[in-house]
Amino acid sequence: MSETTLLKVENVAKSFHTPEGQTRHVLQDVNFELKEGEFVAVLGKSGSGKSTFLRILAGLIKPSNGTVFYKDNPVVEPVKGIAMVFQNFALLPWLSVLENVELGLEAQGMNSSLRRQKALQAIDMVGLDGFESAYPKELSGGMRQRVGFARALVVEPELLVMDEPFSALDILTAENLRNDLMELWQEQRIRTKSILCVTHDIEEAILMANRIVIFSSDPGRIHTSLNVDLPFPRIPQSEVFHSLVDKIYTVMTTSERDRLALTKAAAHRQKTDVKHPEYAYRLPDVSVSELTGLLEAMQWHLKEGRIDLPALADELHLAVDNLFPLTEALDMLRFAKISKGEVKCLGAGKELAEGDILERKHLFAKHLLEHIPLARHIREVLDLKPNHRVNEEQFLEELQEFLTEDESERLLKIIIDWSRYAEIFAYDYDTGVLSLENPQ
Amino acid sequence: MLRNHYKLPHIEKRLLPNIWDGLVLMIVMAVIASLAWGAMDMDVPYQFGTVISISLDPSHLPGYAVSTVIRMLLALMVSFIFTLTISTLAAKSDAAAKIILPALDILQSIPILGLLSITVVGFIALFPDSRLGPECAAIFAIFTSQVWNMAFSFYQSLRSIPKEWQEAAAIYHLSPWQRFWHIEVPFATPGLLWNTMVSMSAGWFYVVASEAISVANTTITLPGIGSYISKAIWQGDSKAIGYAIFAMFLVILIYDQLLFRPLLKWAETFKPDTLEGETSTPSWFYDLLTKTRLFKYLSVIYQPLIEFFINPPRFTRTKPAYKTSLPSPKLARWGRYAFNTLTALSLLWAMKVLCDFMIAEITMDEAFWVLWLGLITGVKVMVLIVLASLVWVPLGVYIGMRPNAAQICQPIAQFLAAFPANLLYPLVVILIVKYHLNINIWTMPLMILGTQWYILFNVIAGTSALPQELHLAIQNFGVSGWLKWKRLILPAIFPYYVTGAMTAAGGAWNASIVAEVVEWDGQRLTAQGLGRYITEFSDQGDFPRIALGITVMCIYVLVLNHVLWRKLYRIAENRFTLE
Repeated sequence: MSETTLLKVENVAKSFHTPEGQTRHVLQDVNFELKEGEFVAVLGKSGSGKSTFLRILAGLIKPSNGTVFYKDNPVVEPVKGIAMVFQNFALLPWLSVLENVELGLEAQGMNSSLRRQKALQAIDMVGLDGFESAYPKELSGGMRQRVGFARALVVEPELLVMDEPFSALDILTAENLRNDLMELWQEQRIRTKSILCVTHDIEEAILMANRIVIFSSDPGRIHTSLNVDLPFPRIPQSEVFHSLVDKIYTVMTTSERDRLALTKAAAHRQKTDVKHPEYAYRLPDVSVSELTGLLEAMQWHLKEGRIDLPALADELHLAVDNLFPLTEALDMLRFAKISKGEVKCLGAGKELAEGDILERKHLFAKHLLEHIPLARHIREVLDLKPNHRVNEEQFLEELQEFLTEDESERLLKIIIDWSRYAEIFAYDYDTGVLSLENPQ
Repeated sequence: MLRNHYKLPHIEKRLLPNIWDGLVLMIVMAVIASLAWGAMDMDVPYQFGTVISISLDPSHLPGYAVSTVIRMLLALMVSFIFTLTISTLAAKSDAAAKIILPALDILQSIPILGLLSITVVGFIALFPDSRLGPECAAIFAIFTSQVWNMAFSFYQSLRSIPKEWQEAAAIYHLSPWQRFWHIEVPFATPGLLWNTMVSMSAGWFYVVASEAISVANTTITLPGIGSYISKAIWQGDSKAIGYAIFAMFLVILIYDQLLFRPLLKWAETFKPDTLEGETSTPSWFYDLLTKTRLFKYLSVIYQPLIEFFINPPRFTRTKPAYKTSLPSPKLARWGRYAFNTLTALSLLWAMKVLCDFMIAEITMDEAFWVLWLGLITGVKVMVLIVLASLVWVPLGVYIGMRPNAAQICQPIAQFLAAFPANLLYPLVVILIVKYHLNINIWTMPLMILGTQWYILFNVIAGTSALPQELHLAIQNFGVSGWLKWKRLILPAIFPYYVTGAMTAAGGAWNASIVAEVVEWDGQRLTAQGLGRYITEFSDQGDFPRIALGITVMCIYVLVLNHVLWRKLYRIAENRFTLE
């Protein structure tokens, strides 16, 4: 591995401004360096800004702060030398496989016969020989992504960036395609010097990368960078592999716990500050049935009241970005407790899992009112009103003083969803009114 | 490994044309020859006031039909050019969109037939000694009846291009030109084509009116089916009317078979995925074309041409690998200021012109009178929409639930939508005179004649989009009769119905200009309303009053669209859209 730096990211931050003057930080203080010969996997749960990070590297999005350098030149627009593979392939349905692959060469102004020759070689390389004249809609998902790879490789990029390239494929297809890509990469049959791949699959990251960068969320930043020195081929069943998976889970849960603790501390600190009430904090976007479903499943995986997260995720086929919001919600509601790489199911959690419908609702309502300030706040306001009716607009306005419009709407939607289940209050979709009465 | 058939296409040994080549060649030559024959006499010297005589002899009809077809084709071409340029401009530039979008909205509410008498004068002034003047006016009228929904459709397509494609285009450095032809145009094609077909139907309705333009007490006629019909109406020749209907039927059929069906079939390539249950459009002409050897060899010629067109060597510049600075924001800000000032100035100018033009001539009382006339026509439009809905909603649901029936009815309804109101004048006049009927009431059906079909189309579409599962579930619970309508069918078709009714209402306003003044065999019956106001002053060439009438109608349509239809549409979207 040479030590030449291909890409360098300095103090990059990205935030969005809302019309209300709120700022949402997606990325903060990101420093990163990519050397020639490296295969870096970027891990993080959804909302950690990892896709934004990738797009900033590729020159598709401009950072609000900081600079990306590609071979010492600042990146302000897509640069030649970086090609991208998309999650949903981004193939043009009216172009044949061959024409899709030729697209990037056409943009370079290459003449048609040379273009064709190069495109055919690329198609050959990804194993799509014989499908040159097919249209994307005739192909299966895996084959479509092969076209995506061919289109990226044909421009002979020095850096290949991939945005969850296998997540739209089923497990077997993904594995097959991944192996083929690794073969091309390791046998150096492609000119690509470095690869950067965003993923939410821990195993996938370990299978491919020399280095794994783990993002934490709100705002997204690089939490840990981890070198993976296992020899290829890497075997998921092996002991070393397992312990690495466990280690990453621990890092990711710790990062979550740190963040939760931070949020809580911030909430506590600002309780005295009238400007920022404790209810204006985001909640994980999960449904009640998912929560109870997870609690039920946990009962089968109990080991002295603790659950091994990797095992559970594996069993339920949940990727990290689906699992973590759930465990986070359970933690907030005090049905479970997150600690290093593990989740501890609390008594109330067990009770909820084993209760019947009414008992569940009752218990959920109790925890919701006790531990989620926003639910308590709304209930109190409704109790105080003589007719016990308030339009959602009022709460949205309250929240928008502290959160962006999108955040506020999302937060209110989650709390309405949970509270309707718990029968803490009712909601009428047509009028947008929250009330204490039963629907007519 | 390079496969043989993927080298650049080369001509194989057997160049002998097959039988399909012969067939297609005949069809194509016939079309070209007849078009050339029609075009030859378009550019003949012409003096304002000269009357081109139209013969009612049916042997002249094919010639007239060809002339009309050429006008429609030219109008369609202009519409395409307008769509590709103006809509693209609106989609690419936020500043331009600020002007273009409201302008399109207003322009599509302007009654085309009312505008005709104004534009014809302008075009005659432009080409003083040639028939090109009135020809252009007619083409312009057809163009204005076709272009707006095409432009909107294209704009919306451009704005809804999936984000990943945009990113791919940026990553792989497609130039704006390449992006336009490789991504934007293909993505917009299916929607644009569908709107073009709808536009064609509308165009037929207006071609009849635009070929016989009466302005300043002179009637300017152009050879064509439209003027043939208007002469037949004036002379009360019902046989000639019959011939005209037959000729129109044939032309519309040929258009459909030779142009639109092959295009629809071809456009299926541009749909990302074929939806389940969606049948492909059958087209014998398309199948025939693809069978010809000529067509295959043609690719040798057209592929390099397309290549040259999309990737012109001169414009495919090699960009520097790195760009280190961005355009200065200061410059952009100054541009914006300049743009805003310019807009404000032209607005002031427009207001002054309008005021000078109308206020000098028209009193307040007359303005109120015109508003009152507009109200009368408005009430008629609403009553007609209700009546048409009562007829077409149940029928549309009936048809929509039977896919076979839908396949038969769709083309018939499409033909009827193209049917000009003038053709029913004889029937209406004869009935009214014979039975002493109320003119105000019995001329009303003419207004909705051409546009009621939009309600039917949309109800059919809404019903067939209803998942079979819901029907089964409803059946399972024994829900039937009125309850089934109330709980399932009406809510499900509501969003579609609103779209259809909105289009129908807009068209009915426009049609009031031909429907409130009815002529047959030298008799002239008039109903009360804004349409009649516009028609009568067009005949007299009183431009300030035409402008007033048009403005008032335009305002009514705009207000109704924004206050009533869009609100209904939003409710429909929120509440009744199936996810």
